[in-house]
Amino acid sequence: MSRSDSPRLLDSFTAPKEVLDEFAEMAEEENVDPFAETAKTRQIAARQSDYHHRRFNRVAVDSADAFGAKEGEDVEGGYKDAMRLARLEQEEQRVQQAIEDKKRQEREEGKMKMDLDKTPPAAELEDVAKELAAAKELALAQQHEAAGSKRKRRWDVETNDENKDPNQRDSGEWSKEAIEASAPKKRRSRWDATPAEVSAETPKKSRWDQTPVAQDAPMTQIIMNTPGINHDDKHNRYLSDEELDALLPTSGYAIVTPPPGFAPAINPRKFMAPAVTEVGGFHIQESSDAAAVAAAAGLAPELPTEIPGVGNLAFFKPEDAQYFAKILKEEDETELTVDEMKERKIMRLLLKIKNGTPPVRKTALRQITDKAREFGAGPLFDKILPLLMERTLEDQERHLLVKVIDRVLYKLDDLVRPYVHKILVVIEPLLIDEDYYARVEGREIISNLSKAAGLAHMISTMRPDIDHADEYVRNTTARAFSVVASALGIPSLLPFLKAVCRSKKSWQARHTGIRIVQQIAIMMGSAVLPHLRNLIDCISHGLTDEQQKVRTMTALGLAALAEAAAPYGIESFDNVLKPLWLGIRLHRGKGLAAFLKAIGFIIPLMDPEYASYYTKEVTVILIREFQTSDEEMKKIVLKVVKQCAATEGVTPQYIKQDILPDFFKAFWVRRMALDRRNYRQVVETTVELAQKAGVSEIVGRVVNELKDESEPYRKMVMETITKVVATLGASDIDERLEVRLVDGIIYSFQEQTTEDQVMLDGFGTVVNALGIRVKPYLTQIVSTILWRLNNKSAKVRQQAADLTSRLAIVIKQCGEDQLLSKLGLVLFEQLGEEYPDTLGSIIAAVGAIANVVGMTQMNPPVKDLLPRMTPILRNRHEKVQEASINLIGRIADRGAEFVPAREWMRICFELLDLLKAHKKGIRRAAVNSFGYIAKSLGPQDVLSVLLTNLRVQERQSRVCSTVAIAIVAETCGPFTCIPAILNEYRTAELNVRTGCLKALSFVFEYVGPQSAYYCDSVVTMLEDALTDRDLVHRQTASTIVKHLALGVAGLGCEDSMLHLMNLVWPNCFETSPHVIGAVMDAVEAMRVTLGPGILLSYTLQGLFHPARKVREVYWRVYNALYLGASDALVPFYPDLGELSEGQNVYDRHALQAFI
Amino acid sequence: MSSELRYTANTQLEHLHARYTGTGHADIAKYDWVTHQHRDTLASIVSHPALASYLAIADGEAIGRVKFEMTERMLQPCGPPPRKDDD
Repeated sequence: MSRSDSPRLLDSFTAPKEVLDEFAEMAEEENVDPFAETAKTRQIAARQSDYHHRRFNRVAVDSADAFGAKEGEDVEGGYKDAMRLARLEQEEQRVQQAIEDKKRQEREEGKMKMDLDKTPPAAELEDVAKELAAAKELALAQQHEAAGSKRKRRWDVETNDENKDPNQRDSGEWSKEAIEASAPKKRRSRWDATPAEVSAETPKKSRWDQTPVAQDAPMTQIIMNTPGINHDDKHNRYLSDEELDALLPTSGYAIVTPPPGFAPAINPRKFMAPAVTEVGGFHIQESSDAAAVAAAAGLAPELPTEIPGVGNLAFFKPEDAQYFAKILKEEDETELTVDEMKERKIMRLLLKIKNGTPPVRKTALRQITDKAREFGAGPLFDKILPLLMERTLEDQERHLLVKVIDRVLYKLDDLVRPYVHKILVVIEPLLIDEDYYARVEGREIISNLSKAAGLAHMISTMRPDIDHADEYVRNTTARAFSVVASALGIPSLLPFLKAVCRSKKSWQARHTGIRIVQQIAIMMGSAVLPHLRNLIDCISHGLTDEQQKVRTMTALGLAALAEAAAPYGIESFDNVLKPLWLGIRLHRGKGLAAFLKAIGFIIPLMDPEYASYYTKEVTVILIREFQTSDEEMKKIVLKVVKQCAATEGVTPQYIKQDILPDFFKAFWVRRMALDRRNYRQVVETTVELAQKAGVSEIVGRVVNELKDESEPYRKMVMETITKVVATLGASDIDERLEVRLVDGIIYSFQEQTTEDQVMLDGFGTVVNALGIRVKPYLTQIVSTILWRLNNKSAKVRQQAADLTSRLAIVIKQCGEDQLLSKLGLVLFEQLGEEYPDTLGSIIAAVGAIANVVGMTQMNPPVKDLLPRMTPILRNRHEKVQEASINLIGRIADRGAEFVPAREWMRICFELLDLLKAHKKGIRRAAVNSFGYIAKSLGPQDVLSVLLTNLRVQERQSRVCSTVAIAIVAETCGPFTCIPAILNEYRTAELNVRTGCLKALSFVFEYVGPQSAYYCDSVVTMLEDALTDRDLVHRQTASTIVKHLALGVAGLGCEDSMLHLMNLVWPNCFETSPHVIGAVMDAVEAMRVTLGPGILLSYTLQGLFHPARKVREVYWRVYNALYLGASDALVPFYPDLGELSEGQNVYDRHALQAFI
Repeated sequence: MSSELRYTANTQLEHLHARYTGTGHADIAKYDWVTHQHRDTLASIVSHPALASYLAIADGEAIGRVKFEMTERMLQPCGPPPRKDDD
């Protein structure tokens, strides 16, 4: 210890600062939600495009049930109103557009004048604005005239006026205030608008994303009974006067009166202010409300997972609090009206479905389905649909809610009519979702909806959206219509489609109509064939429409129809051929692309001679468009060339002379290799052209490019050559070309910088296709490989090894054995490779060489190779394991005698470990290797290894051992194994006994008829197993009986089989599915061995047993018997003559005749 | 696992069985079962030439007639169905 006078270094020891900091950080991190980031990606809205987000702008209307209304009565909110609204919206958009244009024009002119500080002349703008106001006024007047106080209602907006917030203005879109507020606003700058106007203006946008306002009871009274947190969330709320009083000193401050004309901003989303009775101070909430209030206010990070009346939930999101506020708190149910009770019930069920655990969800879903009609369509959809439009919705929630709609729809049937449009607005976006399953779900719902609501109602509901101003709405509506067509049949929709496609009023309607036809074709495929002519007649006039967009869409529609109809239906296209072929001369750009696409799909339907003629017509344009710089156009041109080349009528001569020169000039350039999609298209098209033009024509043109300086380009050439040679072979390639080809391939293989599959595949394919012709180049190729095997990059070595495995066969064919043995030696030396991927490839290459040269000629000799492999078997890498087990299995199979027995036993123990491998291929190879080894060594040692392995814990390992035992039995004869298995069965250990049974079951499965020699020897063991208390024992024993019975059928073992049958039969009342399955199988197998007559006598005992449970089982057996051998049962049916009564005679007289 | 199997394998088997004529179930009536037996018997005679000719010799009829009669009798081999007394 230190001396007393030495200075004290430290009075206390403490942890270093960074350690403390680390803990502090960790403590902070505790509050961080690790799922926060992924939650964002799980939200559907977060990963969708702006186009998808347009769904939030949609406005849903009530669709009146015209069928439900009484005769002569004008229905509220019907088709007429919807159409009027649609027209109004269009008009509004047109005027807005006009204003925008004007403004832009002004701005441009202003710029030209360089008079920047001068305000743009407002007079014209005002004119337009006045026009807008007038139009609205007019519409409003019309509307009032026609339908009294009817106006568009949004279902998520408060409807009963008497309960409305007195502060909130009449927020109807066309209300006086709205118009007054919005009309003058247009010409003002944004900056001088008072907030008051904002409040009147906000409802103009769709409020799908808005919190649904409580219908009858003000929400604040339920969830926010504390003064202070009644407005919005905790961060942005205003301080109330009371709070300010409490905060600020009483003296020295004066309350300033607001300036005259100031109107406080009113946020329509705000809940009603509660009547504040209690002021200031700390306020303890009642415990039951505390969590709910906190959650709704966003104060507590902990969200409730237990809701009164709902129970435990899997999760609860802050957004849910808005929708489910009413049930978050316990309230006195006696004070609620019936409707309110119903509403809460629905909310509880929905919350259970949306957020509950699977069992909770399941029961809730069943309840809501059963009670759907009781709840009624209105209350149900009023709750479900806003949830679906929530921005933070996740896939799982959406899926569940859609499922609810689906189930409920089925029950509600025609009661859904008033909600059709609302449902469509929510479901249509699913049709363009990027997730396939969402699309399918959407289709399912819309198809059920149309079946429930009927065609007429669907049409009247969706008609207004057909010429909607927003392209998004039109697009989704077209898709929805195609679903309706597939649900209710194309013919029923045809008259409507015809009318829409010929609409004179707006080009949008025609466009959408044609798009519907296109979507029908895409969705229904060849099912359009019966209606093909009608559908084409519907849209054919669109090719000459005045609107460019309509013409383009028509061409796309025709393309889709032709694709769906292929290879039939060319006669239906007769009418459109002329306008299409004329069209390609008239159009440019997008329109031309669409026309070409249509032609590309129609040509393959034609007869050869027509196809040839029309191809020639279109080729001129195609060749002109080869030069295009437009990517889309390039793709379409390539596709059309491919389609034309594939048709029968187009001759190789024509392709060689007229298409190839320009094609190669335009598309075989380095630039095309840079874009992934272009690259693929060019390769595909060239391969298609090669089918007609021949290998040498195409390969001859591109082979020089194999030495191009751009690597991606070389790769594209290589891929094309690979595909062409793989499909058409190399016999067409002459000597001159062959030299250039092999030279180019070796060059590009050596020059590659990124080692990938394309070059390797190309090399392998071409060399294999050339076969023996490659002999002169082999020395060069092998030296390349050898050089690369010693490269310092692992990837390069791996690729060289892979190439060796592909070339081994060809090298052997060419008789270059010394090259192979050289390669073998080098690879053998490389077995110390440290990169597992490379090692795997090297082993595979050694295996390939061993395969072709045989075990005797193999260099290095097998007796050196195998001991080298033993330690490698311990490698845990899958690729290495697989390659080595394949090699070892091959050696065990072909050349086991070259290796000493001790080495094989060592390998046996290593193989046991491989039985645990994840990959099935490895396990199978290992199990097979046991068979090969047992064959060469004799089964005793291998068998004892395997039987001992039955004692291990791991199930997979035991199962594989049993399979291996069976394989050994199969290869070495069952007599070598069965005694050992029977002996091992006497072990008192359950696992071992089960293992033995399983092994026996596999043995009898594999040896088949040979089992006849052994069935008497195993009977006693089976007696024991079948009378065991353990279920699994009886199950496995039944499986043995099955295999045994099937094996010995017809071989004279009926006596012992009948004995086993008597032991199996009592098990037929088992209920455990695996056991009963095995027992039933055994009984079926007995039918084969013992004959159906004996089995029938077993079943007759119980077919009419008084206990239903017994009857059910016996009938199941009887049915299986009947289906298996109905004819053979005829002589065995009992004579039921004495049961005859009255008219019914049950004697089978035909069987009583005898001579 | 077990419930899943119970709900799939076995119920499916019963479903499959129910799709074929001639199979029965726990609530089948005597009449229906025997009718099936008779039809099977008749069908067996028609489709085995040896049986048909045996019966033809026994009845002293042409084979064709025997086959025809057997086929005809398949319609209601055990007479009309007994009236159902729904109590």
